Amino acid sequence: MNLFELKIGQKCLIDKVYENRNIKRRLLDIGLIENTTVECVGVSPLGDPKAFLIRDAVIALRCADCSNILIKDLVV
Amino acid sequence: MSDNITVALAGNPNVGKSTIFNALTGMKQHTGNWAGKTVDNAVGYYKSQKFCYTFVDIPGTYSLMAHSPEEEIARNFLCFQNPDAVVVVCDATCLERNLNLVLQTMEICKNVIVCVNLIDQAKAKKITVNLEMLQKKLGVAVVGTVGHKKKSILSLIDTLDQNTQNKNYLKIKYPKPLETALDILEPKIKEHTNNNINPRWLSLKLLEEDVTLQKQIESFLGKGFLENEDIKSALKEAKTLLQTNGITKEDLEESIVNTIIKEAESITSSVIEKSPKSHSLDRKLDSIFTSRLLGFPIMLLFLGLIFWITISLANYPSELLSRFFTFLETKLSEGMTYLGAPEWLHNCLILGVFRTLSWVVSVMLPPMAIFFPLFTLLEDSGYLPRIAFNLDKPFKSCNACGKQALTMCMGFGCNAVGVTGCRIIDSKRERLLAILTNNLVPCNGRFPTIIAIITMFLCFGNHQSLLSALMLLAVIVLGVIATFILTKFLSVTVLKGTPSSYTLELPPYRKPQITKVIVRSIFDRTLFVLGRAVSVAAPAGLFIWLMANIFVNDASLLTHCASFLDPFGKLLGLDGVILLAFILGLPANEIVMPIIIMAYLNNGFLTESSSLFAMRELFVANGWTINTAISVILFSLFHWPCATSILTIKKETGSIKWTAVAVLLPTVLSILVCMVFNFVIKLF
Repeated sequence: MNLFELKIGQKCLIDKVYENRNIKRRLLDIGLIENTTVECVGVSPLGDPKAFLIRDAVIALRCADCSNILIKDLVV
Repeated sequence: MSDNITVALAGNPNVGKSTIFNALTGMKQHTGNWAGKTVDNAVGYYKSQKFCYTFVDIPGTYSLMAHSPEEEIARNFLCFQNPDAVVVVCDATCLERNLNLVLQTMEICKNVIVCVNLIDQAKAKKITVNLEMLQKKLGVAVVGTVGHKKKSILSLIDTLDQNTQNKNYLKIKYPKPLETALDILEPKIKEHTNNNINPRWLSLKLLEEDVTLQKQIESFLGKGFLENEDIKSALKEAKTLLQTNGITKEDLEESIVNTIIKEAESITSSVIEKSPKSHSLDRKLDSIFTSRLLGFPIMLLFLGLIFWITISLANYPSELLSRFFTFLETKLSEGMTYLGAPEWLHNCLILGVFRTLSWVVSVMLPPMAIFFPLFTLLEDSGYLPRIAFNLDKPFKSCNACGKQALTMCMGFGCNAVGVTGCRIIDSKRERLLAILTNNLVPCNGRFPTIIAIITMFLCFGNHQSLLSALMLLAVIVLGVIATFILTKFLSVTVLKGTPSSYTLELPPYRKPQITKVIVRSIFDRTLFVLGRAVSVAAPAGLFIWLMANIFVNDASLLTHCASFLDPFGKLLGLDGVILLAFILGLPANEIVMPIIIMAYLNNGFLTESSSLFAMRELFVANGWTINTAISVILFSLFHWPCATSILTIKKETGSIKWTAVAVLLPTVLSILVCMVFNFVIKLF
């Protein structure tokens, strides 16, 4: 499953982040690494991007970028 | 004589760093609730009882890994300018990510002070920060602040005054192989750097092979530093050690960052207490402002509301000001006659300079003084990034960046500011797209003109101001649509490429500090923009009056120019005078209308009041119809950028070619749009 498949209100742990188009660095900056808990908190009116709660900050990520972020273990 | 102390102000974007800087130094850096407001180092001063402080506001960054120009500026300053202390400003409502930067800064600098800002907002969200514990964990001084409060500033200064040397400085422990490698390299580096740079940090960077640092090291430590055999062999040994442990260059960077992130995580968990509902209000607001049904209507509603308030409130003071100026004009005129001033001087100063000035002030000032504070309120509240969030998909389908929506919002104030703001877009191609199209958002110099024309020609009756606001909104929407079309056009022609990756922060909503916003936006923005307009308007008024009164072959220079331009102007649904006004209005769009008025006045019509009704009479007498009005609005919306914007574009792109494109593109566009409009209109 990749991060974009997460629905509003769902939480998960990050499994792996693949290096692609330099986004990995930016994800590192915001603290998105393996085993980080991420919650989906919003969707743009047009369906893309989605907003995620990452370490108490809300970050919008596009579908295309999320495809490189694999998730595991939904947290209840 | 007290000592001079240089203090760098670091911090993540949008944590109230600029607010603290302004409160400390009494300066007026513009603040706003989004990431990326500060793009250069700003310098200000503060004198305490003990020391003279020089504060340097460095760009807000998430890290010091030098992935972006801002991060490089920030890092280079901390690393090579050797500030006496670094204050890292943190947001108490999301401390964890801020600690990331704190830890990175602590790796570079010895004297770090952590300023946990926005404590009040954290409290409102039921988040408590245990400052003592944080101080203990980090081993550096920690101060809790509420950005603009005097008491906060004093406690920060107090901490700085104490100038404590930290002993139990937290040292980050990296995984074993990396630590062993550092043990090999660090002592050698220390030997050769005379303690003016942190040897552990430099060792890390050398192991990482950070290319952005190479030049800096050479100029700071001397060309031979990296060639030193001692260091070279230690570096080689350390790298071999990492290799035998199977750690590549990429692994290394990741491992360093991961270690720091985890450290921040563990510190946060021991100092922060929050309720599960801490961010629930933000989520609730977001679910409204970005909802599928309401997201877009609310955007239009806010914009429309701002215009409506602006238009309906601006009429009255405008009228008042214009009456005042008419009165003043009579008095000045009498005074000059009394003093026996020659008629040409009288006309030149009163009809030329004074009339132009009074138009600019009476028509421009009220809308600006209302629009700027309203817009700043919206900006301060944190709503603008939501616009970027809502509009990202359309921008993405134009192969552009959603943050372009933010730069467009800045363009409402001033296109030059909007162009500078494009720095928040990381990809060079996407930044160019945003710069080249920014002019399609009418700036404050243009929309009072547009409002005036709408009120004069397009709206009558009971709900005039509401109708005007709607029409203005329609004009803006037209500009936005044109932005999308032009962006798409550019992205499939000269600026081809795929959209780059994108992360946009949606900051917490904040209650704007209303009085502060009003005072700041009037004094800093309104008077600034007005001042610029006035300083252009006075000489322009003189120039245009001279043109209107120097006669060559029975006609004034102005008439000659206007009649020369007239055939072309007519093609666009304008006339020679209007076209000339737009050309002469290049230094500032604010003076376009006064030039038109003066040119018409010169032809002998209407001589007193400058109220909108009198103006309408004047324009109609000079052949204006509704079509002319619409053409002028279209031309004003689409035409070339003003001189300030052009210079800013040159500065930001660093390229004459792109500056030329930025001028030619809207020029061609405005001509095409007006021609097509007038062609179509004639068919009916």
